[in-house]
Amino acid sequence: MGKILMKGNEALAEGALIAGCQGFFGYPITPSSEIAEYMARKFPQLGGIFLQAESELAAINMVYGAAATGARVMTASSGPGISLKQEGISFIAEAELPCLIVNISRGGPGLGGIQPAQSDYFQATRGGGHGDYRLIVLAPSSVQEMMDYAIEGFDLADRYRIPVMLMAEGTLGQMMEPIYVREPVKPAIEKPWATTGCAGRSPNIINTLHLSPEVLEHRNQHLQRKYDQLQANESRAETFMTDDADLILVAFGLMSRVVKKAVIEARKQGIKVGLIRPITLWPFPDAIIKEAAEKAQMFLSVEISMGQMIEDIRLAVDGAVPVDFYGRIGIIPNPEEIYSEIIRIAEREGF
Amino acid sequence: MKTVAARPESLTGAQYHYCPGCTHGIIHRLVAEVIDELGIREKTIGICPVGCAVLAYDYFNCDMLEAAHGRAPAIATGIKRMLPENVVFTYQGDGDLASIGMAEILHASARGEKITVIFVNNAVYGMTGGQMAPTTLLGQVTTTSPYGRKAEVEGYPVRMAEILAENEGSAYIARTTVNKPANVRRTKKAIKKAFEIQQKGLGFTMVEILSACPTNWGLSPVQALEWIDENMIPYYPLGEFKNKEA
Amino acid sequence: MAKGRVHLEIDRCKACQLCITFCSRNVLGLDEHTINSLGYHPVTAVNPEECNGCAVCAMMCPDLVIEVERE
Repeated sequence: MGKILMKGNEALAEGALIAGCQGFFGYPITPSSEIAEYMARKFPQLGGIFLQAESELAAINMVYGAAATGARVMTASSGPGISLKQEGISFIAEAELPCLIVNISRGGPGLGGIQPAQSDYFQATRGGGHGDYRLIVLAPSSVQEMMDYAIEGFDLADRYRIPVMLMAEGTLGQMMEPIYVREPVKPAIEKPWATTGCAGRSPNIINTLHLSPEVLEHRNQHLQRKYDQLQANESRAETFMTDDADLILVAFGLMSRVVKKAVIEARKQGIKVGLIRPITLWPFPDAIIKEAAEKAQMFLSVEISMGQMIEDIRLAVDGAVPVDFYGRIGIIPNPEEIYSEIIRIAEREGF
Repeated sequence: MKTVAARPESLTGAQYHYCPGCTHGIIHRLVAEVIDELGIREKTIGICPVGCAVLAYDYFNCDMLEAAHGRAPAIATGIKRMLPENVVFTYQGDGDLASIGMAEILHASARGEKITVIFVNNAVYGMTGGQMAPTTLLGQVTTTSPYGRKAEVEGYPVRMAEILAENEGSAYIARTTVNKPANVRRTKKAIKKAFEIQQKGLGFTMVEILSACPTNWGLSPVQALEWIDENMIPYYPLGEFKNKEA
Repeated sequence: MAKGRVHLEIDRCKACQLCITFCSRNVLGLDEHTINSLGYHPVTAVNPEECNGCAVCAMMCPDLVIEVERE
C-alpha cells in the first residue's frame, strides 16, 4: 500500500487504533483536540469507548479505571491539561497500569500560548507529579513517527506495566505529511492482575496506599528496578554525522529535523558538526551522549524552551566537554539561525 | 438451630481498623450482604475513597481499587464503560464525595453512569482527625471550625441526595441511616434497590447513609446514634429522592 | 418463644456496646473480668437463656463479633 497524507494528531490517533486501543478519555485543549475528535468519530463504529470527561482530573482517572480492566486505553492533552493530570499519573505509575498519555505541547508557564514548545520536558522526564516515579517518554519527529510511536508506546506500556507519554510539539500535531499506514497489531500480553471481577480466582486489588514503611520502601525499590531495566534496555537516540564531529547538536522532536538541515548546510562549509536526536526523552540516551563526548569538543542543546534538556546532556557528558545552549519559545528556531549559531561557535572555538 | 446472622461471603473477615462504634462496619456488612444476596460477588468491582474507608479493599471480598481523593466516580466510569456487564460500586465519605470530588460525582450522575455509590455522611473528616466537612452542620464544632460552623464564614452544609436527584441521569437516590435496627433494615433495602437498578441499566444510583463518628463528635457510640436523630435527620431528611422504577 | 444462641468472637469486640443497647432481652453485657487482644472488656452473654435469636445484636454490631443461631 502506498503513502497517504495525514495530519500528525490523526496519524497518532490512527496509530493507537492500530495498536488495539479500546478507550479514549479526554478533555478538549488546543493543539491536541483533533486526537479526541478522531476517536469520537471512529470508536462508535469500532465498538470502542470515547468519553469526553468533565475535566482533565476525571479523564486521567477514567484512564486509571479503564486501564485497570486490562484494556489498552489512552488520553491526550496539552501543557495546562497535562499539569492537571499529574495527580492521576502518579497513581497510575505506582499502580503500574499500562496506558498512553499524549502531550501535544504548547508554551507555558500558566496559560502560555498555543504555539509549539518543548518546555514540558522537565515535567515529562522527572515523573511530573508527587513521588519517585518515571514515565517512558517518546518524542516523535515526523507524522510517520506519530503513528509508529503510538503503536510502540502501547507495546512498551504493556511490557513494562508503565504509563507511556508521547510528547510532540504542537506543530507536529497540526502538520500533514505522507505516511505509510501500519498493519493492525493484536495485543498479546496477558494481564492477570486486571480487575475484571473475581470469577474463578481470588480478588485482585489495585492500590497505591502503603502505610507500612517497609512495604512502601519495597514498592519504591520495585519501581526503581524497573526504571533501571528501562535505562539499560530501552533508551534510544538517532545519531547523524557524529563520528568525526567537533560540535554535536542535540535536539528532539520536530526541532531535530530543523537542526539536521542546519547541520547539513554547515557540513557543506566543511565544519565538522553532527546531531544526536534523543527518541526516548526518558530513559535519556546517556550512554550514546557520553560516548560521543569522548571524541567531540563541544555540545549544543537546541530546544524550544529556555533550556531544560541541556541539564540531562550535562549530566551525561559529566564535565568532559562544555555544553552550550540555543533556544527560543513559542517560535521554532529556523535552520538559518541555527546555522548562524553553528558558524558563530565554530569561529569562536576554531573548529 | 440454623444460623440467622453471620459474616457474609463478600467480606474477607479482616479485622476493621475503625474506631469503636463507628458505623462504617455496619454499612460494609450491608453492602456485602446485598452483593451475596444478588449473587454478584464474582462480577462486582469496588472502588474505595480516601478517608476512613481507604482500607476497604482489605475488607470487601471482590475485585477492588483504591482511588485518589474524590476521584472514585471517574475510576468507576472508566471501569464500567469498559466492562458494562460487571457491577461497579464506589464507597465514599463526605469529604471525598461532596468536597474534593464534587465535580466527579455530579458529572457521573449527570451522565447517568450505571454505577452504585455508597455515600457515608458523618458530617466530619474522620481520617485526618475531625476537620470540618462540606456536610458539617451549622454550629457543629470541628478542629477547623473550633467555634462552630458559621454560615457567614463557612457557608451551608450541602445536601447531596437532593442535589443529585435533580440530575436526569440519576435513576435511584435515597438517604438512610443506620442508627437503629429499623433504619439498618431500610438502608439494606435501599442498597439492594440501588444495585438492582444499576443491573437494570436505568442510570446512576446512590444511597447516602447518615453515619456515626463517635470519636470525632466526642460522644459515646450510643450517644452518637442519638445525635443522628437529634441533629442530622432534621437537616438531612431520610427517604427516596429519585426512583425511576417507581 | 423461639430459642436463640449467640456466638461471640470476643477478640474482634471494641466494647462499643451497641449490641447491648439494642438487645431487648438483656442477654448481653461487658465482661469486666476479661481484656481481649484489642485491649477492651469484650461483650459476653450474661443471660444466654433469654436469647430469642432475633439477631438485632448482630445487625447493630459494626465489627462482625456476633453470629446468631435460632431454633
